[in-house]
Amino acid sequence: MLRNILIRLLQAVLVLLGAALLVFIMLRIIPGNPAAVLMGEHADTAVIEKMTKELGLDQPVHVQLIHYLAGALRGDFGTSYSLGKPVSQLMASAFSNTLILALMASAFAWLVGIISGIIAAVKKNSILDHLFMGVSLLGVSMPVFMAAMVLQFFFSYKLKIFPIAGTQSFAGFILPAVALGWNSAGSVARLVRSTLLEILEEDYIDTARAKGRRQMGVLILHAMRNAMLPVITMMAIQLSGMLSGAVLTETIFSINGIGRLAVQAITGRDIPLLQGTVLFSAALVILGNFLADSLYHVLDPRIRKEA
Amino acid sequence: MKLPNRSRQIAEEFEKRQQEQENKQQESKQQANREYLKNQIAEEETFFTLIRRLARENKLAVVSFFVILLIILGAVLAPILAPYSFSDMDLLHRLNPPGAQHLLGTDEAGRDILTRLLYGARVSLLTGVVPTVMSMVIGAILGVISGSYGGWLDALIMRLADIMLAFPSMLLAMVIMYMLGDGLINVFLTLALVNWASVARIVRAQALQLKKTEYVEAARVIGVSRTKIMFRHLLPNCLPTLIVLFTLNVPSAILTESSLSFLGLGLQPPAASWGLMVNAGRQYLYMAPWVSLVPGAAIMVCVLAFNFLGDGLRDVLDPHLRK
Repeated sequence: MLRNILIRLLQAVLVLLGAALLVFIMLRIIPGNPAAVLMGEHADTAVIEKMTKELGLDQPVHVQLIHYLAGALRGDFGTSYSLGKPVSQLMASAFSNTLILALMASAFAWLVGIISGIIAAVKKNSILDHLFMGVSLLGVSMPVFMAAMVLQFFFSYKLKIFPIAGTQSFAGFILPAVALGWNSAGSVARLVRSTLLEILEEDYIDTARAKGRRQMGVLILHAMRNAMLPVITMMAIQLSGMLSGAVLTETIFSINGIGRLAVQAITGRDIPLLQGTVLFSAALVILGNFLADSLYHVLDPRIRKEA
Repeated sequence: MKLPNRSRQIAEEFEKRQQEQENKQQESKQQANREYLKNQIAEEETFFTLIRRLARENKLAVVSFFVILLIILGAVLAPILAPYSFSDMDLLHRLNPPGAQHLLGTDEAGRDILTRLLYGARVSLLTGVVPTVMSMVIGAILGVISGSYGGWLDALIMRLADIMLAFPSMLLAMVIMYMLGDGLINVFLTLALVNWASVARIVRAQALQLKKTEYVEAARVIGVSRTKIMFRHLLPNCLPTLIVLFTLNVPSAILTESSLSFLGLGLQPPAASWGLMVNAGRQYLYMAPWVSLVPGAAIMVCVLAFNFLGDGLRDVLDPHLRK
């Protein structure tokens, strides 16, 4: 098993390296000198030249690449053009906000998704089932920005329960987290329902019932334990979607997170910042996938045996 | 001999009943057999009967199909249906709420929202369909090459797909958009580049399965070239999966485009996609919520319809794809 995990780790590192390379290539293809763009249209050629040298853009591409990779390895992504601070420092302060947001959104998605999925599966074809599944489809199809704006409109503006924007207090995170988790909650609910329906047909469930276990015991100890496996994989996949959605929720609710930083990078034509935020997000996704894969190995004895 | 008479009667009755029951059983067995055969034949049936089955079993998919048709019609006939001109401003009637004169209200420049919604449907549908077709073509070809050649080519393509899938789609789209610059064509390219990897993965997996079937084996044995096997046997058999993927990828492309436009990083005005309309109305969310919520709802309905249809198609065409 350890060997298996090591191989996966190596693969993850290679993919990360590839991602770093891809980002570098994409951002170097852009025509025009970033230094010239940065200094504005009417800048002096001498000023532009000085800037070019300062940013290391006068060096050959392969030197730039090595410099960039070596820097990234040390967690140094250069200095932001537009904000004038080291990118790593900007990202460090933004990351905590994104992390809180993503964790809360995940918690919301798990809680709502799993509970409504179980109820829908147990009361199959009841009104509750149809209601939950209808709402979950609405959740899956609702654009994140739409959910965020509707929540903001009703709960912050009309009812004044939550702050409209900002993260001065913990309450500021609640609406963004719901808006972000809404999507995943829908997918989790649908997945839990369909997995559970399959599992409830299995022989071992009948055995458990025959042993005289109560309904709740059967559900939690026997059915849910097995239904959690696909849910875990799904949450790893959802992490990527959540980081995508965070770009929108953070912008709408003015949260200083990684996603908002990436938007600022683009509007400010700030290549180091863009490079840093995008690569950092990719690293998070790769890490998430690796952890989910490894966890899957630990939790599912069938895979463990095969390996 | 009194008793036997009665007992014989009972015995006869009993036999008769047993016979009847047997007959019935046999009949139901035959019935089941016929049913089974009919289903078997239906399994082999054409695309057309499959669609009929979908129509019979999944009403929601049918309704969704007509909703999509309605949106397409609205987009095509926009110049005829639209009550006002697309770009005429009417500053005296800015931010009017929905009413008799303007069914869905007016936006910040006094333009009729219903009119803009109809024209916006053109852009939004196009950004759903065109990049999806592009990504399906790229993904299907790379996937089938990967699956049928194997070896280093497979490894190369799949690692590239892994790398693409490692990025959150919004952030990848933002970087590609930044690289390419504004414009409708660049939005198409961006969405195609973001989505091909997942298609390639699924097609590859299917090609690997198909490769093991007898008819592909047979084709190889009689000396059919690899390219021909790819395009004659592997790709056509992936078609049901591709159709399902298409209906499910169109809404995700529409969502990505509207998210990009919402952030101001996708299409630029004066183009009018639904995402751009939501973005433009955002500043007036509290004063005039309809300006951005109406196009937002349009996106939702459209995406929902495609998802329902895709789900229905998947159940009929490709149950294996269900996860």
